[in-house]
Amino acid sequence: MKKYLKLFFTTLYISAFTFGGGYVIVSLMKKKFSDELHWIDDDEMLDLVAIAQSSPGAVAVNASLLVGKKIGGIVGALVAIIATIIPPFVIMTVISHFYQAFAANEFVAIALKAMQAGVLIVIADVVITLSMKIIAEKRIFPIVMIVLAFVATYFLKINLIYIILVCGFIGGISEYVHKKVVVAEKVIDTQEEIIDNQESYIENLEEKIQSLENELDQVETTDNENNGGKN
Amino acid sequence: MSVLLELFFSFIQVGLFSIGGGLAAMPIIQGQVVDLHGWLTLTEFTDLVTIAEMTPGPIAINAATFVGTQIAGLPGAIVATLGCILPSCIIVAILGYLYFKFKNIKAIQGVLKGLRPAVVALIASAGLTIMSLAFFGENGTVSLGNTNFVSVGIFAVGIVIIRKFKIDPILIMIGSGVVGTIIYLLL
Repeated sequence: MKKYLKLFFTTLYISAFTFGGGYVIVSLMKKKFSDELHWIDDDEMLDLVAIAQSSPGAVAVNASLLVGKKIGGIVGALVAIIATIIPPFVIMTVISHFYQAFAANEFVAIALKAMQAGVLIVIADVVITLSMKIIAEKRIFPIVMIVLAFVATYFLKINLIYIILVCGFIGGISEYVHKKVVVAEKVIDTQEEIIDNQESYIENLEEKIQSLENELDQVETTDNENNGGKN
Repeated sequence: MSVLLELFFSFIQVGLFSIGGGLAAMPIIQGQVVDLHGWLTLTEFTDLVTIAEMTPGPIAINAATFVGTQIAGLPGAIVATLGCILPSCIIVAILGYLYFKFKNIKAIQGVLKGLRPAVVALIASAGLTIMSLAFFGENGTVSLGNTNFVSVGIFAVGIVIIRKFKIDPILIMIGSGVVGTIIYLLL
């Protein structure tokens, strides 16, 4: 119960401040649910964003359904959806009654303009964190994919669905190849290790043989000396 | 009653066909609300877009609530909003179910992991669109004279604060709003 309340109020709080579309709410959800509350990890969050983005409808509603489901099952999903809808619903209901006065209000326009920079800060922060994580893997392909997907979206304005489908396909193949390479490298590593082990084992044996021979020599010399003493 | 049903089915179509979120939904909403049903005039619709962009929440939900209220009061708003989210909720619930059930399968994991860089790029792209709007205004011409230095300054300070200290992102947004408003009013 306490979890559902927390989910409800966190989602409500996020939704009330989501100016500027789905990606802002997704960035805020990542900060709240993953960084702060640890209810969901970064990778899973990105998967859910991909699903939310590639389905029809509002990204914010889709994302809250998925995050809510992950956190609290079907009840969690319902709680999160309702909490996401309430703020825009209430605000729009009020505004639609006297919208002309609202749209013409200079102070409102200034405050909203000022808030753009804040929205930008939050998105930039999330982008920096997530891309540093991918760059830290030190693999060329994911980094190339970030650049290409960015060019395709921002400059070429290609439909997001196609980008997600194509990147999912290519990314899947790349992961498959990468895993094979990693496995092959591991096999080579273990075999090299085995060879190393055997080489050092042989060295050890040789050393032992050497020391035994030395001992034998010594024994023989003392034997000879003793025998010589007797004779 | 029939108006409520019409609202409901009209916004089911909006919810079903607005893929990609945000402003991508606008032409579909316009088609339903202005062209097909004549619930709003084009001027009212343009006002709606402005308000939807100025207020929190998804544009489709804002539009549904706004149109619903104008046509049939609170019941209209509720019916239109429900219609708007119903199709996507069903589709996402199915996809989510499949995801949570099958995400541990290696092939799916590979695809999802391979997709993550692209998702980061999509978020970055949305960020750059907002950056262009915040720094250079609606026409987006990149020049020194057209630069909004208040936004640039707030961004520069804010990004350092949020990276250095673990601070509530919403506080950052409100803080930027308050500081920016004060600066704009003083200028």
